[in-house]
Amino acid sequence: MHTGNHPTNFLSDMNSNSLVSIDDISRDEILDLIERARYFEEHPNHKILDGKVVATLFFEPSTRTRLSFETAVNRLGGRVIGFSDASTSSSSKGETLKDTIKMVSNYVDLIIMRHYLEGAARYATEVTDVPVINAGDGANQHPSQTMLDLYSISKTQGRLNDLTITMVGDLKYGRTVHSLLMALRYFNPTFHFVACEELRMPKEYRDFCDANGIRYFEHTDFSPEVINATDILYMTRVQRERFADIMEYERVKDLYTLRADMLTDSKPNLRVLHPLPRVNEIDQDVDDTPKAYYFDQARNGLYARQAIICKALGIDIYKEAAL
Amino acid sequence: MTKERKELAVAALRCGTVIDHIPADVLFKAVKILGIEKMTTNVTIGNNLSSHRQGKKGIIKVADVEFPDDVLNRIALIAPHANINIIRDFEVVKKFPIALPDEITGIVRCGNPKCITNNEPMRTRFTVIDRDDVTIRCHYCGQNVKSGDAIID
Repeated sequence: MHTGNHPTNFLSDMNSNSLVSIDDISRDEILDLIERARYFEEHPNHKILDGKVVATLFFEPSTRTRLSFETAVNRLGGRVIGFSDASTSSSSKGETLKDTIKMVSNYVDLIIMRHYLEGAARYATEVTDVPVINAGDGANQHPSQTMLDLYSISKTQGRLNDLTITMVGDLKYGRTVHSLLMALRYFNPTFHFVACEELRMPKEYRDFCDANGIRYFEHTDFSPEVINATDILYMTRVQRERFADIMEYERVKDLYTLRADMLTDSKPNLRVLHPLPRVNEIDQDVDDTPKAYYFDQARNGLYARQAIICKALGIDIYKEAAL
Repeated sequence: MTKERKELAVAALRCGTVIDHIPADVLFKAVKILGIEKMTTNVTIGNNLSSHRQGKKGIIKVADVEFPDDVLNRIALIAPHANINIIRDFEVVKKFPIALPDEITGIVRCGNPKCITNNEPMRTRFTVIDRDDVTIRCHYCGQNVKSGDAIID
């Protein structure tokens, strides 16, 4: 049985409603998704997925992301099938990704997938005409995280344009900072990159800034001057396993920790973001300041994902709302 | 004198294709990409021939075969300055440089062990992102590779 009602496009790129990478969507689409997220924040339980079945295929466990997506579907009134770990799927028996996707496509209206291999979601869009949302493919892409970051920035600052954004910590391996940097190219940002030499922003992304006329400054010191010029302070975790030299890790691990007293002279509109989980890069005393935003940021993930799901299914929420 | 001999060598092919100016160090990669190992017609392969332009070069002559452009263009990845001569009745009827396509499918293996293409039975797909230094990007995992470092399957 096929559930039907898939958004169809008979061109060769048949899966145009999918969201694999933040680079696939335009400035207008980003702004549209932010508007939709805002709508869902006001109407989180709008049941517009009645009769729809959504698969959450998590070939790699990620409780936080899976719960957020599943909550989004449930609040929209849809049903969820899927698995949360590859060991409980037939890929543990040696089934190819293609076969798993083709099989699941027979049952559902939308596939949300997380995979440990890079490019898995892109490949999935090529073997099915059911829209696919990438919930993370290895170290490659995680566009719903970027959308919730953009929504959080827009919501706290009242705009996306002309902001000063400081990224701190692991700028080398941090997938979230790379995707956010690329998505912000449309909005005339100024970046400060604060990291030790070993975790510096890769050349590829510095070149990207140069090619797009984006101003950026690099620092090894996490100084008050930088913090006080900042609108969005995007903190990331410095992980021990990223260091070849453990002594180097010991030397730098506390240099990029944010404490509440460091925010004393910061701008009133500054907000601290973090993709979570945090370890010790944000001191607990920051949680009590009005500038801590990371827990609200995680909640925004729900609204951003509701927006992404409706877009992937081709649902016009405003039209549905008027009915 | 040298010129005369070269012309004679090309003219010795009645019909077919001559691929000239292949860098000597990638000649056998080019042979592999073009699938010449499996051909049954006359094939002449020369390597380390002296070349004014390149110092040392390789050349491949295949009798009675005219490769489609998309097949020839695949070797652009490793031999961006190679020339193609189409021979009919001992005459060079067409001579043109190799052109690098915008997209390369199924020849290059992605160097990222965590790329889906190295873990599923599927064809690779690369987009050319820099024509000057021949850099390609994996369509799936996004990893960039310079042609000189590309692993050819």
